[in-house]
Amino acid sequence: MTRSAFSKGTIVIKIHVDEHKCVGAGQCVMAAPQVFDQREEDGVVVLLQDHVDPPLEASVRKAVKLCPAVAIRVEEA
Amino acid sequence: MERVVIVGASVAGLTAAETLREEGFAGEVVLVNGERHAGYDRPPLSKAVLSGRLPPSELALRPAQFHLDHRLDHRVGVRAKALDLRGRTVLLDTGEHLRFDGLIVATGLRARPLPGQPALSGVHMLRTLDDAQQLRTDLLAASRVVVVGAGFLGSEVAATARELGRDVTIVDPLVLPMLHQLGRDVAPGVLRAHRDRGVDLRLQRVVRSIHEQDGRVAGVTLDDGERLEAQVAVVAIGSIPNTEWLEGSGLVLDDGVVCDEFCRAGEGVYAAGDVARWQHPRLGTSLRIEHRMHAAEQGIAAARNLLGARVPFDPLPYFWTDFYDVKVQVYGGINPDDELTLLSGELEGRSFTAAYVRNGVITAVLGWNAPRQVRRQSSLVGQRVDALQSLAGAGA
Repeated sequence: MTRSAFSKGTIVIKIHVDEHKCVGAGQCVMAAPQVFDQREEDGVVVLLQDHVDPPLEASVRKAVKLCPAVAIRVEEA
Repeated sequence: MERVVIVGASVAGLTAAETLREEGFAGEVVLVNGERHAGYDRPPLSKAVLSGRLPPSELALRPAQFHLDHRLDHRVGVRAKALDLRGRTVLLDTGEHLRFDGLIVATGLRARPLPGQPALSGVHMLRTLDDAQQLRTDLLAASRVVVVGAGFLGSEVAATARELGRDVTIVDPLVLPMLHQLGRDVAPGVLRAHRDRGVDLRLQRVVRSIHEQDGRVAGVTLDDGERLEAQVAVVAIGSIPNTEWLEGSGLVLDDGVVCDEFCRAGEGVYAAGDVARWQHPRLGTSLRIEHRMHAAEQGIAAARNLLGARVPFDPLPYFWTDFYDVKVQVYGGINPDDELTLLSGELEGRSFTAAYVRNGVITAVLGWNAPRQVRRQSSLVGQRVDALQSLAGAGA
């Protein structure tokens, strides 16, 4: 999926994760499995896509709010 | 509803404030913050902050502009002193009577001191960022440390102090560290982790007295008469809900603010986070949970229900603890005498997952250095024990 696929005027969310803060709780994976995964060995977050379109925005924002390490940040791209 | 007052501005309070705005509440939101810092993350205090790996500037729960963006009237360093339920006001320590239409109580916990604990230089408890910074300063200057309490906080502080090269002794009245939290089958692994790193333990012992020399702590004496020298003593024996300001208000207090399944404590009054004791709908029992994840989830639930959602708060409890190179993660609720069934790995190995079973029902799953695996097994919680057979059959 590329950003150019979105129609003009659509707000795209860019996701940032901080691997050093991540505690491997996996709450982000539960909230948005299309966007987040975890490394097998230490559970640290793996970003499957760093931009998401509006249908996924609510679940990504839920992940941001539930992350117990404040390791996920989003901005409007 | 014109004004919502939220007392407490840590995870539960901040998340509740954020949720009110996301759900479209357009009235006033007053956030009463008893600390001198904007809300910050507490789990790193005993680990990365204490060790110096994470600077306190990295702890903010929300960006600096959050309070402005969400139009929060943020009262920093202000405490609630009393609640007038009938008059719909909160009395602040500034003398102000703050009127509210909706109230969310999120005043959290404070550390529990030892009986007769002296206010002595070098004797520490750890709850706030200021506590952590003072403890770090003293730890760096110390050679011997006594940690009273072998629960999550005590074990984490002991591990960090050991990593800083200090001689560490843990004192705990139980037969194993984290026995109540992890149960009799997993707690021996915690003991092993401490011993492997050269931490001494005095189990089935309590501290009888704390000694002073030149105005500082010099050591402790245990109930069997043994004296342990120490330049730092850390008391980590649990916590106390901050509910004194609610006494006589008419809210029901019983080791926390008593709420129904909607986190509702009274007409237009809700509670969230460490301070809230609520009726868990699925477990059918009243619970008060002192974990980080839960504070966020309940902050969301309390805010939504205050706005009229009427959704029972029915979370799957989750907690974790990190010490040395061990990460333990648990979904569900462990009773210390639950039966343990291994799901993967070996109890004495570097990594395993296990299920706790009580009366044929899976009460919890635990991962020991197995974060991704245990997250995938979390759906087992609440199922009949037969689910473990089908899991084994599937080769999972």
